[in-house]
Amino acid sequence: MPYTFNTPEDQREMLSAIGVDSIERLFDGVPSEMRLGRPLDLPPAMGELELTDHLSRLAARNSPAGEKVCFLGGGSYDHFVPAAVDHLAGRAEFYTSYTPYQPEVSQGNLQAMFEYQTLITQLTGMDVSNASLYDGGSAVVEAALMAISATGRHGKIVVLGSVHPEYRDILDTYLLPLGVEVVTIDAPQGAADVADVAKAIDDRTACVIVQQPNFFGAYEAVDEIGRAAHGAGALFVVSVDPISLGLLKRPGEYGADIVVAEGQSLGTPMLYGGPYLGIMACRDTFVRRMPGRIAGETVDRQGRRCWVLTLQTREQHIRREKATSNICTNQGLFALRAAIYLSLMGPHGLREVAELCLRKTHYAAERLAAVDGLSLAFDRPTFKEFVVRCEGGNVEAMLAAATDDGFHAGVPLGRWYPQLEDCFLVAVTEKRTRDDIDRLAACLKSQTRTLATAHA
Amino acid sequence: MRNEQAAQLIFELSKPGRRGAHLPANDVSERSLAELLPGEHAADAPPPLPELAEPDVVRHFTNLSTKNMSVDTHFYPLGSCTMKYNAKRNERIAALPGLANLHPYQHEDTLQGLLQLLWELQGMLCEISGLDAVSLQPAAGAHGELTALMVAAAYFRDRAESTGEPKRTKVLTPDSSHGTNPASAAVAGFEAVTVRSTPQGFVDLDDLRAKLDRQTAVFMITNPNTLGLFDRQVREIADLVHEQGGLLYLDGANMNAILGIARPGDFGADMMHFNPHKTFSGPHGGGGPGAGPIAVRAALEPYLPSPVVEKDGDRYRLAFNRPKSIGRVRSFFGNTGVLVRAYCYLRTHGPDGLRRVSENAVLNANYLLAKVKDRLSVPHGDRCMHEFVASAAKVKAQRGVSAMDIAKRLLDFGFHAPTVYFPLVVKEAMMIEPTETESKETLDAFAEALLWILDEPAETLHAAPHSTPISRPDEVRAARSAVVKWSAAV
Repeated sequence: MPYTFNTPEDQREMLSAIGVDSIERLFDGVPSEMRLGRPLDLPPAMGELELTDHLSRLAARNSPAGEKVCFLGGGSYDHFVPAAVDHLAGRAEFYTSYTPYQPEVSQGNLQAMFEYQTLITQLTGMDVSNASLYDGGSAVVEAALMAISATGRHGKIVVLGSVHPEYRDILDTYLLPLGVEVVTIDAPQGAADVADVAKAIDDRTACVIVQQPNFFGAYEAVDEIGRAAHGAGALFVVSVDPISLGLLKRPGEYGADIVVAEGQSLGTPMLYGGPYLGIMACRDTFVRRMPGRIAGETVDRQGRRCWVLTLQTREQHIRREKATSNICTNQGLFALRAAIYLSLMGPHGLREVAELCLRKTHYAAERLAAVDGLSLAFDRPTFKEFVVRCEGGNVEAMLAAATDDGFHAGVPLGRWYPQLEDCFLVAVTEKRTRDDIDRLAACLKSQTRTLATAHA
Repeated sequence: MRNEQAAQLIFELSKPGRRGAHLPANDVSERSLAELLPGEHAADAPPPLPELAEPDVVRHFTNLSTKNMSVDTHFYPLGSCTMKYNAKRNERIAALPGLANLHPYQHEDTLQGLLQLLWELQGMLCEISGLDAVSLQPAAGAHGELTALMVAAAYFRDRAESTGEPKRTKVLTPDSSHGTNPASAAVAGFEAVTVRSTPQGFVDLDDLRAKLDRQTAVFMITNPNTLGLFDRQVREIADLVHEQGGLLYLDGANMNAILGIARPGDFGADMMHFNPHKTFSGPHGGGGPGAGPIAVRAALEPYLPSPVVEKDGDRYRLAFNRPKSIGRVRSFFGNTGVLVRAYCYLRTHGPDGLRRVSENAVLNANYLLAKVKDRLSVPHGDRCMHEFVASAAKVKAQRGVSAMDIAKRLLDFGFHAPTVYFPLVVKEAMMIEPTETESKETLDAFAEALLWILDEPAETLHAAPHSTPISRPDEVRAARSAVVKWSAAV
């Protein structure tokens, strides 16, 4: 019982003030037949030292990035996190506070939210941002729901097959039971064909969802796809990699109506998938349909500039079943991390991170393509990821062997794309060095040789 | 003395040419960017972010942090949010590289320690809930509610195929429920139907009977409810719902009252969510992250999101091949970092410790109730579970002092305010949840401040708070003008 105060004497005094003779009596409201008549069947309590030892042992049975050289991507990346991010977000006044329901004692969080929102609009070129959603995947489905309500088109949405397959799974989970058709446009050559996309859009289509760069690291023809969507009165939803916006055109410049992103790259460790940061920004027109919290500027009674949660009539605690979404908590701590990260990086730092990712990715693609038995699956330029085909090889076996050699070498794609059964996705961040990449190429070279020998 | 620079926005501190980060030199090819990046996708200039030196950023955000109240600095009796102490040991453990630097797609063989932790956590949540299977995927309590309703919908669709029974279109929620309940029902495609509460604050069984039918999929109950009362009718409610073939959902927001004392599965719930950021002390992070694991009865297990963690001999693995699963509600595994802290919390407490958490949470709430009830009316009785709802309605009628005035004045005394104006069924509601991690001295001081405030002149309270970084903000203006980002002065 390490975190409670009440001594036996405290308890006696408190019970006497309440007017009962035992703690047991405080539970009289719970009928005895509903009580658990035994202790919970859970492992016994541990002190801090034992707990730390136990968890350290569990942690030692995992192989984190750092212990192995990480080339894994697909929506979660081993980017550098400056120490100041951990330090500042680790301040207890931030991480042990909650939603700023009392703005007078929450200006720190509210101003940070307002700054985060501004930074996201600067990053994406959009008009407004909310204060965050759960993750990049659920942000996509929230965007789709927003588009359905904004257009009044409940019939269907169109999504490119090159959008993260898990994000598409989430779309199916939410939308299919509601009777919304989710039309997927395949991207067999690593990016979708604009004509295929345009053909699928009609006057029942609420939105077209594109990922840029896409799941394979390649670029979609966002200008044309956006025009096709707008031509049919559908909204254009774009999921981006925020790091890529150090170099790439901002979605606000090519007509996006709603922009979403996984914000993990902006200062959050990989954490086995979460908690992460769902970014959402949109055009002014849609702000009152946006889910999640929003901080807004106002003044206090002395006329001093300050910030509050605003436009709350969108939200569940006011509107209940008529709210724009059911979302209550956001990812405040990770929005804060992103705000600190972007403040540290600035325009030039972010551009350099993006440029290093781009250069190293191209270098890695060349090196891996030069390995006998490996080739690039698609003949396309990519940003920080690319797809490698392992000719006639067993991808799983090769990646497992690479793991033994000290590499998280890539993400096998067969689970989501049967036609890419012999392919894996490689991601290269600014943290990878030329030496890391050369050693990966050498490792895969020896693996393909061994596997080829085994085949022969 | 306040640092006035901290009141500036980070954009106003920006100066062209400042840098807060220096990246390593390029160690690969020096080819021109134009060769590597198709011109049609290249931006003309990087995004117009602010330019700051690292010390700027550190001072700015450090100063911002001092404008917050937090659990580590203040008593934070925000009802329904369970603002308990966040153990530092859990923070250090969760930051271990072997837990923090794991990629969601690395091979299971390189994750055996973490998968064991998650598998054990699934089991512990089953035991605490009295239910049979758990999904750790939902990212927050409201997300757990929605996921569970999707699971229920899939279960009923499946059953309708074999039995031909008509579609179940309705989800019932009490009028005292969290707003997320009806909102989740709506997102899951159900019609949300409100069931009245009795004057005593419990579910009105007559109204429930009148609204329950074969179209009812789920009744969502919060028990203990949002008034801090355990609804003794819950068994009967479960029977009524089950008679109509429906499912009983438990909103687990208030589990802090009944750990090891009563289990939702034992009092009739078929499914529930946990709020590990409340009950199991994940730090609230200024508004998240949370997590929203759900627990269900065996019949619903096939429909849970994928993957779940399974144990196969002495090996742990992620099970994806679950044909009846609703699919995914979130990318990757879930809010693992929050789950790791929950695991640490459960292992720290053990069965006796968890029970004592609830005993002391309920003791603290009742003690505070006893200290204030003679002066501030508590419409729903002399006893409570882990929280209680006081009403300032009388004070308002007599002296024009509202729950908001009292809440704001408490800030001057160094206490975070309770939750106000919720639940909606109590006028001028003040929902007070002290949690078990507060001392009698703190509770005494809070009660003393509260009673003192009730005797203060009304004008003092209307003008409160007086000592905080800002006074009351103009929320109407904020909503009307909707300035939601900074713009450079023209």
